[in-house]
Amino acid sequence: MTTQSPNDPDVAVETGSQVPPAEPVTRQPEPDVEPESRWHRAFREIATGNAIISVLAVLLALLVGAIMIAFTDERVQEASVYFFARPGDTFIAIWESVSGAYSAFFQGSIYNFRRPDFATGIRPLTETLTFATPLIAAGLGVALAFRVGMFNIGGRGQMLMASAAAGWVAFSFDLPWGVHMLVALLAGLLAGALWAGIAGLLKARTGAHEVIVTIMLNYVALYLVTWMLRTPGLLQAPGSNNPKTPPMKDTAIFPELLGPQYNLHFGFILAIAAVVLVWWILDRSALGFQFRAVGENPNAARVAGINVKSMYVYAMLISGALIGLAGVSQVLGTVTTGFSSGIDAGIGFDAITVALLGRSTPWGVLAAGILFGAFKAGGFAMQAAEGVPIDIVLVVQSLIVLFIAAPPLVRAIFRLPAPGSGPRRAAPTTTKEVTAK
Amino acid sequence: MTIAPQHQAVSPQEPALAKTVVVSWKAPIAFAVVTVLAALLFLLAPHDGEATFRVSAAGDALQLPEIVLNATVTAWVCLALLTALTVVSALMVRARRAVPIWLIVVFAVVFVLGFLTWAVAGASTNVMPLAGLLAGALSLSVPLIFGSLSGVISERVGVINIAIEGQLLAGAFTSAVVASSTGNPYLGLLAAGVAGVLVSFVLAAFAIKYFVDQVIVGVVLNVLVVGFTSFLYSQVLAPNAQALNAPPRFDRIAIPFLSEIPIIGPTFFRQTIIVYLMYVAVAAVYIGLFHTKWGLRLRAVGEHPQAADTVGINVPRTRFWNVSLAGAIAGLGGAFFTLGAVGAFGKEMTAGAGFIALAAVIFGQWDPIKATLAALLFGFAQSLQGQLGVIGSPVPSEFMLMLPYVVTIVAVAGFVGKVRGPAAAGKPYIKS
Repeated sequence: MTTQSPNDPDVAVETGSQVPPAEPVTRQPEPDVEPESRWHRAFREIATGNAIISVLAVLLALLVGAIMIAFTDERVQEASVYFFARPGDTFIAIWESVSGAYSAFFQGSIYNFRRPDFATGIRPLTETLTFATPLIAAGLGVALAFRVGMFNIGGRGQMLMASAAAGWVAFSFDLPWGVHMLVALLAGLLAGALWAGIAGLLKARTGAHEVIVTIMLNYVALYLVTWMLRTPGLLQAPGSNNPKTPPMKDTAIFPELLGPQYNLHFGFILAIAAVVLVWWILDRSALGFQFRAVGENPNAARVAGINVKSMYVYAMLISGALIGLAGVSQVLGTVTTGFSSGIDAGIGFDAITVALLGRSTPWGVLAAGILFGAFKAGGFAMQAAEGVPIDIVLVVQSLIVLFIAAPPLVRAIFRLPAPGSGPRRAAPTTTKEVTAK
Repeated sequence: MTIAPQHQAVSPQEPALAKTVVVSWKAPIAFAVVTVLAALLFLLAPHDGEATFRVSAAGDALQLPEIVLNATVTAWVCLALLTALTVVSALMVRARRAVPIWLIVVFAVVFVLGFLTWAVAGASTNVMPLAGLLAGALSLSVPLIFGSLSGVISERVGVINIAIEGQLLAGAFTSAVVASSTGNPYLGLLAAGVAGVLVSFVLAAFAIKYFVDQVIVGVVLNVLVVGFTSFLYSQVLAPNAQALNAPPRFDRIAIPFLSEIPIIGPTFFRQTIIVYLMYVAVAAVYIGLFHTKWGLRLRAVGEHPQAADTVGINVPRTRFWNVSLAGAIAGLGGAFFTLGAVGAFGKEMTAGAGFIALAAVIFGQWDPIKATLAALLFGFAQSLQGQLGVIGSPVPSEFMLMLPYVVTIVAVAGFVGKVRGPAAAGKPYIKS
């Protein structure tokens, strides 16, 4: 460059800028495709995008589920005994078992075609949203803690404490409509927040690992609530020997959103509001900025003047309140006839998967929560109609999260091009580089 | 605040070589809290009468007399001792000396003795069989110890293992099926190890090959294994229980002489082969980690993968095989549920043991011996509440069930505090 004449730099720059685009053109003839057509580019953009990975992950998981259903189906087993004599029977049996299960699944979660009119046919979709309500709320709680770099496995305990507090207010006080609901809701949120706050406070003050503390608090809450449920005067229904509460008073129950023939309740609106709130906190507020800074690198955050310890406490309080909302919506919305110690229904743990699938973003959690709500609603319908145990839903759900978390695996299975690998067959991705080593 | 700064830095005037004294008021504060709780318990709800501890079981060759303690006297003596120990620890901290481990152990033993005497004296039958208590404790600890060893190895090599629960459950399921269908418990044990390895393969493949967040994979694997085993249980095992879910159990093997020692003998040396395997595993993991080339490399990969890579250690391969080994160990622990304890597989029969094992790993500061002791503590607490339930405890049984978990929280917050795991645990190693 320095040897060139003073007039030349412009030229040199020009040629320099021309060379890089020329490179792919000169290399392109190597692979079979010459110029990249518009359709190829469109195909590549779709094939390397995130959306296709998510769709294919769901398909793959459903495929595994289908294999499990087919292999354990009695009719398939009977037909496979004489497989070599009449292989068709086996395939028919497989088709019947799988399609029966999945159509029951669809009709239980989205739309039931066997119903005469739209109003009853759409009922499964409202069931899906009802199941999704606590999943969204609790998923938000777990996701928020994730963003601050904490792992809140204590959803079960926080839900139980919130349910107990909200339920106690809801059945033992007499307050006017609206006020009663609000007080019960606040009591539940407070209980969940405080229960999670213990873990946050201990982490901030003594450095106790939040994973241990939240796991231990799950058990403490379970036994505490179990004891209260069987102690007259606390949570146990008067005149009963069962460990169960009396039904909630009408003034405290969440109103039905779509009328009495649907189970969808006001809790769903609250969950949506929580999504917006968490989005605002994380993406728009100063507190959320500090949260994310601590989550990315607590040491750097401390150097930047953020009070890391109080962030841990605040994050756990908010996380606990959100999970508490899940407990409240269970007690005041879904199971209003009195609850026992199984009120959490595993939602505290499902919430972790929801948060992971939603990649710890509020809108992602909303989508993941609705998807998992559909799985729950459909799973129950499938169990009732086809006798397929609902546990298969757990398998499908966890496989979806696994596949979505590992896009290279899904790409390898479907032989999709990796992102960034243009028509010129660019260098292999880092993944391949490391495995080849 | 009441908690003084933990790390008193050396002031600049002092010579550079002066020892940094770490002073923590946590231990005295925790001691004081426990002492006050004990005092409240003994004073507000006093129990008169006597507590009998039966040392020897009926079949022992060497019969020892029962130990009888007067509840009131024991309560006061224990309370005095607890107060004294609290004062001693406070004085030691004031004199800028660390509270030694043995003091904490003595404190714990005195508290447990006082509590036991109080609880047994107030029970409906005032006799506590010590042999049963300890045997139950060991039996409940076995899967926890296997699980925590698995966690220690995996995290020391740099892969966070939340999938312990899944590995235990997979081991329990596979061992039940294989042992029932072949009629050979040893094959079942082997299959349990293989099942644990398979779960680990998934963890290792996703965490090491695809760089997926290890916590995500672990949590999801737990759900996957729960779903998979529960599905197969309802669909296949339950209808064919005789053929597939009635595994033969291991016989207890009494080791000559050792098994005749009072209390210790029947507890530790009249056990199934899985328990003996556990002793070997604890020792092997400890020696392997800290006294062999394998352990040195493993820890190097977990602490500083770049440095390990620079000296020629293959980081992904080391991680992959050691995570698989960890899975095998946890799988063996899972076999104890079906081949050692219960005798048949049940849905979600591990019931959170994997998470307790995880807590034991962190509680034990990623050290195999300390993690084993932590697991034993959890086992003892569970066994204690079981025994007190049998003899009719004066406390609502839920509070007894709660106790081990509360003790853990107090211990983790009070004594362990901020623990530091292997530096590179949870971080994928991407060679640049």
